[in-house]
Amino acid sequence: MDLDVALLSRLQFAFTVSFHIIFPSITIGLATLIAIWEGLWLKTHNPYYLQLAKFWIKPFAITFGMGVVSGIVLSYEFGTNFSKFSEITGAVLGPLMAYEVLTAFFMEAGFLGVMLFGWQRVGRKLHFFSTIVVMVGTWFSAFWIIAANSWMQTPAGYKIVNGKFEVESWMAVIFNPSMPYRLTHMVMASLITATFVVAGISAYYLLKKKNIPFAKKGLSMCMWFALVLTPVQAWIGDMHGLNVKEHQPTKLAAMEGIWPAQEENVPLLLFAMPNMKTESNDYEVGIPNLGSLILTHSWDGAVQGLKAVPPEDRPNVPLVFWSFRVMVGIGVGMIGIAFLALLLRCKGRLFENRPFLALLTLFTPTGVIAVLAGWYVVEVGRQPWIVYNLVRTADIVSPLPAERVLFTFMMFVIIYTLLLGVYLYFMRKLIKKGPPTMEVLEQQLIGMKAPGYALAWVKNLQNKAQGEK
Amino acid sequence: MDLAFFYFLLLGFAIFMYVLLDGFDLGIGILYPWFDQTGEKDHLMRSISHVWDGNETWLVFGGVILFAAFPIAYAQITSTFYLPIMLMLFALIFRGVAFEYRFKSDTSRPYWDFAFSSGSAIAAFCQGMLLGSLVQGIPVGINSMSSLHWLTPFSVLTGFAVMAGYALLAACYLFMKSRGRIQQHAAMLGKRLLVITLLAMVAVSLWTVIGQVEIRERWFSGYHFLLLSPLPILTLIAAAIAWKDLNNHATGKASTEGRPFWCAAMLFLLGFSGLVVGLFPFLLPRQLTFWEAASPDSSLLFLLPGVCIFVPLICAYTFWGYRVFAGKVEDYQEGY
Ligand code: HDD
Ligand code: HEM
Ligand code: HEM
Repeated sequence: MDLDVALLSRLQFAFTVSFHIIFPSITIGLATLIAIWEGLWLKTHNPYYLQLAKFWIKPFAITFGMGVVSGIVLSYEFGTNFSKFSEITGAVLGPLMAYEVLTAFFMEAGFLGVMLFGWQRVGRKLHFFSTIVVMVGTWFSAFWIIAANSWMQTPAGYKIVNGKFEVESWMAVIFNPSMPYRLTHMVMASLITATFVVAGISAYYLLKKKNIPFAKKGLSMCMWFALVLTPVQAWIGDMHGLNVKEHQPTKLAAMEGIWPAQEENVPLLLFAMPNMKTESNDYEVGIPNLGSLILTHSWDGAVQGLKAVPPEDRPNVPLVFWSFRVMVGIGVGMIGIAFLALLLRCKGRLFENRPFLALLTLFTPTGVIAVLAGWYVVEVGRQPWIVYNLVRTADIVSPLPAERVLFTFMMFVIIYTLLLGVYLYFMRKLIKKGPPTMEVLEQQLIGMKAPGYALAWVKNLQNKAQGEK
Repeated sequence: MDLAFFYFLLLGFAIFMYVLLDGFDLGIGILYPWFDQTGEKDHLMRSISHVWDGNETWLVFGGVILFAAFPIAYAQITSTFYLPIMLMLFALIFRGVAFEYRFKSDTSRPYWDFAFSSGSAIAAFCQGMLLGSLVQGIPVGINSMSSLHWLTPFSVLTGFAVMAGYALLAACYLFMKSRGRIQQHAAMLGKRLLVITLLAMVAVSLWTVIGQVEIRERWFSGYHFLLLSPLPILTLIAAAIAWKDLNNHATGKASTEGRPFWCAAMLFLLGFSGLVVGLFPFLLPRQLTFWEAASPDSSLLFLLPGVCIFVPLICAYTFWGYRVFAGKVEDYQEGY
């Protein structure tokens, strides 16, 4: 069998970027939650907020570490595996990613040291400031990288000179048509992911009857957040979909499983097996006309289908179709949970209803799954183009020997599988250990836990006093 | 000033910062096997656990500046050096995660120690090999993607040279950041590494000067050598100062305990300058100059304000970050 470099490079990229996004989608949201808790603690002096911040900063730290090491790989993979792509698009994507490093990565890394290890070294305000900077850093990072990705989806503001992209308007490049939707949808997705992770673990503690006050506080807050975030996310997602319909009609047709070149009375398909050979769906189950209603906001609005473009211009339909359903399914499930929580809260049984707590525990990883599914819709749906309608993925792969890419791909699979196992093992360990007790927190605050530090501090004061004399 | 030249300098700055900063923290990993007790290993880890992430970001920055300002060079260099780059990335993954997991582990600690030190050593070695094979130049031809042109006696030598240099930086860093036994040990190692590094620098220089006509001409034609002679002379002076300070160790004075590190940094700066002098204006020796590889002005101009504002800012808060953790490393778990 002949190995196909293009296929291997794509598989490797898909695998490594999928691994990477797991961690940012948790850290962006978790950094925000930690900043909120730390701020509330400074304001109210309620120690439970400090406990929340101090507990979640540990999972945050290991997740962040995983995000960093897997991200560095990606920033080199554009060149190693897609050298033509970097040559053609470097003038557009390069500066965006350079701004990401300048405004986000350095900031995150520079202040992370203080956020994690500086509790006894800087004042409370300065520490809080560091946390805020880390949080803002993760947002900026999302901003730039999403701008880059969205430009590949809906290119704008460019001209092509000698087969390479050059920029005419940076505003148009950055705020390209799909960018505002993708950015808000993604940042919301991270907040939701983190919210459900915290809620799930808190529910687990309540089920096990451990760390009760801590878990109650976390659960209650997260359910309020979810109540706001999840419906808004569905609303943004709907607008995002309309934007896709306008700019990437083929992708939309794949998401909805629409085959005829032009279809009116589009049903909303609940189940189907899109078949790329027969160019139709098998086992279709749908709600008549609801698709038209959602997509065109009219009962029998017409939508462009897959057959409007030749087969070689269509993405992998089943993958896009099902990924979309997984994401929306999870989204709807989350909205359901948020409202159920409201109902239970009104009845005063939010912390006692065991089936509900069990359900929440099950939902812990679903945010990550929805994020991955969402990205598969976006990226696989863009195929066979790498820059939509302009550059084909097949044309930009580095001419490497296939065995070489096969080798690194297998290494990535082995290493990342191992790492994911290790990550989950240590997460479990941290969760089992639970939050620091109030006594420990108090000791840490005055620095009693750290005799060496206290001593050094006294010495430092003495030196200063002497210096002043 | 010529925009492309500005970005060439920026690239040089980024690479130098990376080599200096990640140099000492990769070096700590290389020195790891020479420190036995877990207490000492804890100490070594603790001395860098708050800075390694920021240090490694300079690697990302270097890569991305290359991508943004010289896309053709980025594409060619990264794809022709596919395997050594990937190997380096694998190694960086292992050492990167070791920081978090080591302190949280009980039984698996030896594995993390191993991941940390072998990962650091391999990453450093790969970087040295990359440097060496870049200096030698990539053989022209379609075959270059599949050949093992980056694995030559010379690139193996530069691989070990970079390892020795990083270890030297680390020994000097430890000399500054620790006390007692560890400090003495670091001074001892530092002196040996100083000799090894100097020998390696001499070997690499001779090899390039003998092997590469262009570089030889650059250095020795006409009065060039006279102009360039400060480089080797300053190198010797810096080495001598470092040797002296390491020799009468543990004076307790911050000034002399910090000096070896800055001297070692000087060695790197001088070596690096020598390299740039030899290669200028090529990004890929004798194939691609930085002018040819430069992005269109629209891109370079767009990035310019970002660089001018943020690079000084980054340097400032990086400096502040080091200040917060200034002084000797304490032997207890701090922080979160
Ligand atoms: C929406 C968010 C998002 C997306 C789509 C991506 N990343 Fe990412 N990335 C982050 C959000 C993020 C982050 C939140 O900023 C991380 C995660 C944890 C961290 O340390 O920073 C990060 C880390 C991170 C790092 C390490 C930064 C450091 O050294 O501190 C690099 C080099 C990249 N990423 C590069 C990429 C590339 C090349 C991507 C595209 C293919 C990509 N990321 C997708
Ligand atoms: C972080 C979340 C992301 C995920 C989960 C993701 C997922 C994927 C997947 C599954 C593919 C393979 C598609 C295929 O070949 O069928 C792919 C391709 C690709 N994506 Fe993404 N992507 C993400 C973000 C990004 C971003 C932010 C960029 C650029 C700025 C990007 C650039 C690319 C490139 C260059 C390819 C390779 C060529 C290709 O196979 O199409 N991706 N991605
Ligand atoms: C419940 C209703 C939801 C709708 C209608 C919806 C809609 C969409 C659409 C149409 C896209 C594809 C855009 C494109 O192809 O360019 C998308 C992408 C995405 N979705 Fe959703 N979504 C929903 C819920 C969620 C939830 C709950 C999450 C995660 C927690 C999520 C995470 C994502 C992500 C990460 C992407 C890819 C990045 C992006 O385009 O922002 N979505 N969504």
